[in-house]
Amino acid sequence: MHKIQRHLLNLFIAGLALSLPSAFADGLSDITERGVLKVAVPQDFPPFGSIGPDMQPRGLDIDTAQLLADQLAVKLELTPVNSTNRIPFLTTGKVDLVISSLGKNPEREAVIDFSSAYAPFYLGVFGPEDAAVSSLADLEGKTISVTRGAVEDIELSKVAPKGATLKRFEDNNSTIAAYLSGQVDLIASGNVVMAAIAERNPKRVPLMKINLKDSPTYVGLNKNEAALLTKVNAIIASAKADGSLNAISEKWLKQPLPAGL
Amino acid sequence: MAYQFDFLPVLANADLLLQGAFFTLSLTAVGTLLGVGLGIIGAVLRAWRIKPFSQLFGLYVELIRNTPFIVQLFFIFFGLPALGVRMNEWEAAALAMVINLGAYSTEIIRAGIQAIPGGQLEAAAALAMNRIEIFRHVVLRPALAKVWPALSSQIIIVMLGSAVCSQISTEELSFAANFIQSRNFRAFETYLVTTLLYLAMAILIRQLLAWVGRRFVVGGR
Repeated sequence: MHKIQRHLLNLFIAGLALSLPSAFADGLSDITERGVLKVAVPQDFPPFGSIGPDMQPRGLDIDTAQLLADQLAVKLELTPVNSTNRIPFLTTGKVDLVISSLGKNPEREAVIDFSSAYAPFYLGVFGPEDAAVSSLADLEGKTISVTRGAVEDIELSKVAPKGATLKRFEDNNSTIAAYLSGQVDLIASGNVVMAAIAERNPKRVPLMKINLKDSPTYVGLNKNEAALLTKVNAIIASAKADGSLNAISEKWLKQPLPAGL
Repeated sequence: MAYQFDFLPVLANADLLLQGAFFTLSLTAVGTLLGVGLGIIGAVLRAWRIKPFSQLFGLYVELIRNTPFIVQLFFIFFGLPALGVRMNEWEAAALAMVINLGAYSTEIIRAGIQAIPGGQLEAAAALAMNRIEIFRHVVLRPALAKVWPALSSQIIIVMLGSAVCSQISTEELSFAANFIQSRNFRAFETYLVTTLLYLAMAILIRQLLAWVGRRFVVGGR
């Protein structure tokens, strides 16, 4: 009795040992065998992903997906998703990767794995190139436009020095207009909004002065895909080193990749 | 699920609301004094057809009365800096209110001046009053007396209209209300208190103008 049980147990462990490595390798080998990388990308969140005039998805996430597909030497197949269904698309196996301006948080980490960060996403104080502002204390005596009630308003209100004047506007467009018309010295917003300004008004391109809140974006993968995760991380690391990720950031966010990403 | 009313978060910010109300009243005072002054000048020029100023004022009146106040405000605050004219949100709000009330009161007071019978002017001349006396006692005062109720409501409309100045970050009463609401999400309570404050201010201004009218304009001399 005892012996049989032990045999069974050994058999079971052996089976696990045999099956687990192959399960780890599955995702990556599936992709290479199939010759197609299936990626979920945003369709409604420029500049990360939107539908272009030619009805094709385009944006930072799409370029990043293309970079990964090229490095894996496979074809790219895009699935447009939105921010609510992007993780279910991954966990149900409809896509191999989610590259959809995905930020990391504990709730998501319980369900999926994350690669290293590939693009910056942050809220900050932005201003013209010649504005000498590098720390919160430098905000003394400056006027800053911000959209009332937005996360950046709450964050900046907490840390801004007494001498800084926050001018709160009703919506993003007024906040931007106040900055572009020179009614304020600086603007507090997200780097995505800054990219939109840079695209439309290259004369007063706002540059990052102070970082308020960091939430870079990661490639999302299913759990237990160690080989795929290692491969994706390796591609991101080499793309950071050879400047190709920086080029994507410059193209879509009009800002270089931050050094610490 | 029944909504739980909670006025405490609003009352905790009572200082912000009262400060906002004070700024609204200050803006209204500046707008009224300068705006009605502008209106009297415009009304005289228009009623007596003093060229070319009467045409210029005619153009101004048409331009301001046929465009929305908020667009005038945005033009002054966001638009004019492109021409090198930059003013802060208080100056922009006050200027917008002055030119707005100036245009409306030009037409209101002009109606009062034109309603004065010609015989009254002739009578004053026959009494050997000089031109300044005639203007003060025979033209302006009876004209203002005739249109005082209309002018009063226009001033209250401008005071209530100043709420949109919060859009250019002028920290008047509506700004304070929006700010408090964006921090505690107590929309019903915040805007109810704000509504009551505006109502109280409107009644206060009406009573004040009625008193000014009785004391200086309509009543005996």
